[in-house]
Amino acid sequence: MKAFRSVTSRAAVLDRPDVDTDQIMPKQFLKRIERTGFAEFLFHDWAKDPGFELNRPEAKEAKILLAGRNFGCGSSREHAPWGLQEYGFEVIVAPSFGDIFRTNCVKIGLVPVILPQEQVKALMEEPGEITVDLESQTAGPYHFEFDAFEREALLEGLDDIGRALAHEDEIAAYETAHPPRFATTAL
Amino acid sequence: MAKTLFDKIWETHVVAEPSGEPALLFVDLHLIHEVTSPQAFDGLRLAGRRLRRPDLSIATMDHNVPTEAGPITDELARAQLEALERNCAEFGVPLYATGSGREGIVHVIGPELGLTQPGMTVVCGDSHTSTHGAFGTLAFGIGTSEVEHVLATQTLPQRKPASMRLLFTGELPFGVTAKDVILGAIGRIGVAGGVGHVVEYAGEVVEGLSMESRMTICNMSIEAGARAGMIAPDDTTFAYLEGRPAAPKGADWERALEEWRLLATEDGASFDRDVEIDVRDLAPQVTWGTNPGMVTSIEGAVPDPADYADDDQREAVERALDYMALEPRTPIGEIRVDRVFIGSCTNARIEDLRTAAAVVAGKRVHSSVRAMVVPGSATVKRQAEDEGLDRIFEAAGFEWRRAGCSMCLGMNPDILAPGERCASTSNRNFEGRQGAGGRTHLVSPAMAAATAIEGHFVDIREYVLEPVA
Repeated sequence: MKAFRSVTSRAAVLDRPDVDTDQIMPKQFLKRIERTGFAEFLFHDWAKDPGFELNRPEAKEAKILLAGRNFGCGSSREHAPWGLQEYGFEVIVAPSFGDIFRTNCVKIGLVPVILPQEQVKALMEEPGEITVDLESQTAGPYHFEFDAFEREALLEGLDDIGRALAHEDEIAAYETAHPPRFATTAL
Repeated sequence: MAKTLFDKIWETHVVAEPSGEPALLFVDLHLIHEVTSPQAFDGLRLAGRRLRRPDLSIATMDHNVPTEAGPITDELARAQLEALERNCAEFGVPLYATGSGREGIVHVIGPELGLTQPGMTVVCGDSHTSTHGAFGTLAFGIGTSEVEHVLATQTLPQRKPASMRLLFTGELPFGVTAKDVILGAIGRIGVAGGVGHVVEYAGEVVEGLSMESRMTICNMSIEAGARAGMIAPDDTTFAYLEGRPAAPKGADWERALEEWRLLATEDGASFDRDVEIDVRDLAPQVTWGTNPGMVTSIEGAVPDPADYADDDQREAVERALDYMALEPRTPIGEIRVDRVFIGSCTNARIEDLRTAAAVVAGKRVHSSVRAMVVPGSATVKRQAEDEGLDRIFEAAGFEWRRAGCSMCLGMNPDILAPGERCASTSNRNFEGRQGAGGRTHLVSPAMAAATAIEGHFVDIREYVLEPVA
């Protein structure tokens, strides 16, 4: 995973609540077996409307997405964050996120920032560039909270699996103490 | 201090918890399907890592598979299914492929095989993994990066979520089902009401439900935004499990029972949030909008955006009604449908099919409606056919299909045409969920069945009371 420290960019605004991952990446595009090639399908159905927020010229170069509450609810499809990242977004700022979506973002280095609704709304009014800095935990003039473990992984570009495998001895000990309750091979 | 079911499962699965870091949680059962796994297996190969516990993993084909006989014509779907077969063969994961006789929706086959057992942690690259919580497991959906993490380590780093108890009191009225209970609850707490929480469903209503109904409730936990949903295991749970292929046998069964009986939440245990819902006045539920929280009863009407004070909410309702092509204040009973779908991991188990069959027996699907039944698994399909349910459905004019996720998410050829309106027993009414431009109304199997016959939503409580001609 690529390390992330900060980004300065104009922001794209998608001020709708409860945007689900079916909208971000519709099901007909989940058949690829690669991790890439999803950007062109981002918000596929909504993007057909010329008035759609991300069709605005100022949204094209944006690396920051300002979104409504409960962004990324619904399906666990990681294809949604893959598409957002490949499209060019490095940070998403919203009042809240769907739990699985938020985790998926962290795992791939797309930074999900949570701010109170009124602060997100205020950033949406900002016509110029915004800086989101994970090291100082600031988005524009606002401070945000971030899980320290996840922050370190994002700042350093750490591999989660490698971090878990550092506990190899403990995993092995747990496995020895907890034999499986079923035998899939005997089914 | 008194502990909850969630506390107990959590504590017994912590492998390591370095100071300040998330707990490393052990995964007892990893369910795999074709859509969210290929990139995870690739990641494993790229890093030169082994699959740590193929014996705790099991795979099936469900999201993509056609439900009609014949070869797969969609080349991308075929390539994805072939990738699953190759990956399972290479890494030694047992696979219930199409035609094996045990394939089906991943959340239907886990319980059906007896793999899902009380006290376990269960994960899958699918948000409806919460279904397995009905057995008193901690079961949650994960993304593909996490799938890779589980393949490589059999663990996941997790901060402990907050806890919530949804206590259902009162007696469930006639004609009102588990689907109505959960839709009503989502309507009450909202689609983000459970974010960051593991929900325990409790109370006499839940205790009185069958395992299949409990699965329907836990299935839709994610629709309230919850991390997971769970129900304490009891005699109903144990009776369901006993004798299933993967369930413990003999002395192992007795030992397991002893442990499982200790899992329930203790008296006096506290939750971060407690919500009580009285179901005495609950009526059959029908969604009118584009998320599962946009729901009302069959006695209700489509809302008027003008009644919402909150700007965001009003705009969301306006957008939903525009997409759904519904006028404010239209009585739900006047909404006509083009399609009926009985299926999905929410409502395609044998009891769901029996209920729907009882409603349509001796009747005919309305001339303007196309209706289909997609059993949740090959096993459910066989059982239904043994009971003659397929003949009841076909005689009524339903299409009787093969097992799979089908039109719940429309990754296979079963989709709505743009503008078509569907009464569906599935779990999501998002825009385009069942096909671009399609309009979905979520209902119970009984309500879907009656809607197929009448061509519009009807109150099942009155419907089944009518004498059958």
